[in-house]
Amino acid sequence: MNTYEPPIFEYSAPGKIGVALPELDVPEAALPEELLRDDEMDGLPELTEVEVVRHFTRISQRNYCIDTGPYMLGSCTMKANPKIHEEMARLPGFAFIHPLQDEELAQGALQLMYGLQQLLGEISGFSHVSLQPAAGAQGELTGILVFRAYHLERGDTERVEVLVPDSAHGTNPATAAMAGLRVVEVKTDRRGNVDLDDLKSKLGPRTAGLMLTNPNTLGLFDEHVQEVSRLVHEAGGLMYGDGANFNAILGIVKPGAIGFDLMHYNLHKTFTTPHGGGGPGAGPVGCTDELAPYLPGPVVVKQGERYALHMPEKSIGRVKSFYGNFGMFVRAYTYIRMLGAQGLREVSEIAVLNANYLRVKLQDIYPVAYDRTCMHEVVLKGQIKDAPGIRTLDIAKRLIDYGFHPPTIYFPLTVPEAMMIEPTETETKRNLDLFIAAMRRIAQEAREQPELLREAPTRAPVRRLDEVRAARQPILSYHREAIQALRGDKADPDDVLIRPLGV
Amino acid sequence: MSHYISITDQERRAMLDAIGVTSIEALFSVVPEEKRFPELKLPEPLSESEIARELRELSGRNANTLTHRCFLGAGAYNHFVPSAIDALLRRAEFYTSYTPYQPEISQGTLQAIFEYQSLICALTGMDVANASHYDGATALAEAAIMAVNSTRNRRRLVIAPSVNPQYRQVLRTYTQGLGLQIIGDERVDASLDEVLGLIDETTAAVIVQTPDFLGQLHDLRPIAERIHNAGGLLVAHIDPIALGLFQTPGAAGADIVTAEGQPLGIPISFGGPYLGIFACKEQYVRRMPGRLAGATTDLEGRLAYVLTLQAREQHIRREKATSNICTNQGLMALASTIYLCLMGKTGLRRVAELCYHRAHYAAAEIAKLSGFELLSSGPFFKEFVVRCPRPVSEINRDLAARGFIGGYDLSVHYPHLGNAMLVCVTEMNTRADIDAFVEALRG
Repeated sequence: MNTYEPPIFEYSAPGKIGVALPELDVPEAALPEELLRDDEMDGLPELTEVEVVRHFTRISQRNYCIDTGPYMLGSCTMKANPKIHEEMARLPGFAFIHPLQDEELAQGALQLMYGLQQLLGEISGFSHVSLQPAAGAQGELTGILVFRAYHLERGDTERVEVLVPDSAHGTNPATAAMAGLRVVEVKTDRRGNVDLDDLKSKLGPRTAGLMLTNPNTLGLFDEHVQEVSRLVHEAGGLMYGDGANFNAILGIVKPGAIGFDLMHYNLHKTFTTPHGGGGPGAGPVGCTDELAPYLPGPVVVKQGERYALHMPEKSIGRVKSFYGNFGMFVRAYTYIRMLGAQGLREVSEIAVLNANYLRVKLQDIYPVAYDRTCMHEVVLKGQIKDAPGIRTLDIAKRLIDYGFHPPTIYFPLTVPEAMMIEPTETETKRNLDLFIAAMRRIAQEAREQPELLREAPTRAPVRRLDEVRAARQPILSYHREAIQALRGDKADPDDVLIRPLGV
Repeated sequence: MSHYISITDQERRAMLDAIGVTSIEALFSVVPEEKRFPELKLPEPLSESEIARELRELSGRNANTLTHRCFLGAGAYNHFVPSAIDALLRRAEFYTSYTPYQPEISQGTLQAIFEYQSLICALTGMDVANASHYDGATALAEAAIMAVNSTRNRRRLVIAPSVNPQYRQVLRTYTQGLGLQIIGDERVDASLDEVLGLIDETTAAVIVQTPDFLGQLHDLRPIAERIHNAGGLLVAHIDPIALGLFQTPGAAGADIVTAEGQPLGIPISFGGPYLGIFACKEQYVRRMPGRLAGATTDLEGRLAYVLTLQAREQHIRREKATSNICTNQGLMALASTIYLCLMGKTGLRRVAELCYHRAHYAAAEIAKLSGFELLSSGPFFKEFVVRCPRPVSEINRDLAARGFIGGYDLSVHYPHLGNAMLVCVTEMNTRADIDAFVEALRG
């Protein structure tokens, strides 16, 4: 296990193929010679199925994943991915339906989408939902474009500023910029809330809205959220809810009830559609009656007993082709229907219980960023007493040696040496206790054998990487010579001897 | 206690004691009391067998490519998906991991991305490919924005009306706040030559698709020359399967290339999740949106992979980033990587040939039918346009009753073509399927 696996191109040999394809059963038509490809496609390898299967199986074993163990990556909500979801998304009547086939031939799919719109709306307190955005970041862009369109429609042309707390995820300011609006940063107060005085000083006739993650990226529920909403609305702005941390408040509070006008849901976080090594996600948005006409579409509407696709009348337009990441809808729908109202509330209750348990068990060694009850994640500082020179990065890498995926680190940017830990509700107490023990042991090692941290990880497939080299002399695709040069004397022969051991 | 929760009642009490509160409810005292613990009006929870039964029933109400013979494309394509792909995608190491923030324990994902980038470069003839976008439409929109940011004081984009209408809509959605001018598709019957005539010294890029939405292949070389002479960039949207046979955008001089990657081993799945392919010339890499994996070494000098050139990205640059995108389409990019490895150059060429020859056979046979006329005049790949004797929606209803998913009705987006159907033929449509389809069209 975990042995070196060469780039797949190195297995290629002329004449091999990994699939059996049908023979041509029609007469050949003339090809337009001047438009033909004039190279031999040498960059595409020639391989058999077993070679491809082994290669990807081997490299997969160099990944840590939820099914391997605890994955407490803050703000990413790496909860367990139920297997039934995968079965349902692959039903032929879901996986093999064409998005443009007649609506009459897709009533089952449309009914599921309509059902998911209703479920998400009810859970969040919004009357309308568009499932189209493909990811959280795209949900954000959708929301801010909706805000912009809403203001412009009212002749409110001066509202070009989007307020973003300094603790926010980088996608928030990047989104506002992408929508052509200006970012105004709002400070965080001493208890981790939006600083009300700073907010007041920045609100005004130019305010398009505020993007607020609540609970925020510090893992804290804003103590003045209703006051924040009131102030933003009073200034004529709108409240955007970044749903990244929605997992903490299912059945606890509806964002629509505390002043948010629109929010996105991360189906891959809260509703556990798998993260897939980075995607696909799904970032539907929900909103109030007032903003509904601007939603991207089409959305699904019910007409009598029939389901139909409908473009909202003042829609900002499509944000992607077709209707969104349908395969993710099937999974999220399955999840919500299996949990029901009580089950969803229990999700948040236990997510919050687990995070607070970690907080009280670790805060004597790793200072908490804000000393109060947290929600689904806790932000600690990797500043260990009497261990100068040890950084959060070292702690994270040492956790790998103890078999844990490290938390999110150096985020939020406002907390020095931040470690953002999100256990989720699916983790066991046994694993929480093991994690606590590992973190305490690491603190001890930091004082007594700091090299163990600085040299970590030593039990991973590779050691720490030369990221400077990667950036200064970028090699972004396979070139035999470049890879050989990198590999140097660590070239194939030795590895070939090791590799047949396999698993 | 639901089956997704692993904390027992006894453990809950011990944990609450440790925290120093008496109940779980007490952890939420910060939530405004009058809004706390709302009733959620949701259906009663279902067991696994019950939800499976409900969803099987729902899915059974949808026509699909196993129950119906599909001649519909228009941006989502019924191509062959080798079994090995899903077998590998279902490895938990791939589908239950996240973005490779910790490279030491994410080498599988990183190596797969690196190989994906390499394969896309080989396929398109471009220098650099990123780790992917949400789909073809969003990749194209971001390419257009990148083109504007890569040129100086050019705020105009020229786009051909033969670019997928949904992509043109997404482009307008994405750019609505950026003060750009998008011209070229005001008249959907404008020829490509007419569109190219709009290029001037304010044009940041010309955006074309080949094969275009109507199936037609274009020679990108003269287009590249024309836009380069005017100092702008060529953004070309391509079909990755067509590259098994036809000219690469790289060889033709395209600056930024996008594609819908769904044909490369991803099920049509009612429109998503798909894959946005994005590649460019090396000189533009620092303006490129999205994730990039690169090769490097570890402390012991072993070959390894890592996310790189992140200074372009939102988590570092915030409002100055090249895009707000913060992931890639990981598992879908993996599917296409496995697809290209299984196919190899021989397989991809064979698939492209099957599409081409079968589509031409189908076109010729349909053209023989009385009342039908082949409107595609130039070279086409796997899609072509036929004018029908009556509205396409009516024909498609009849076809559905006979077990076919008919072609795309062009009357909404291209009304000048009359009762026109965009027919798609891939390697999944056998000669027998085509003959049966032609018979069904005969009525």
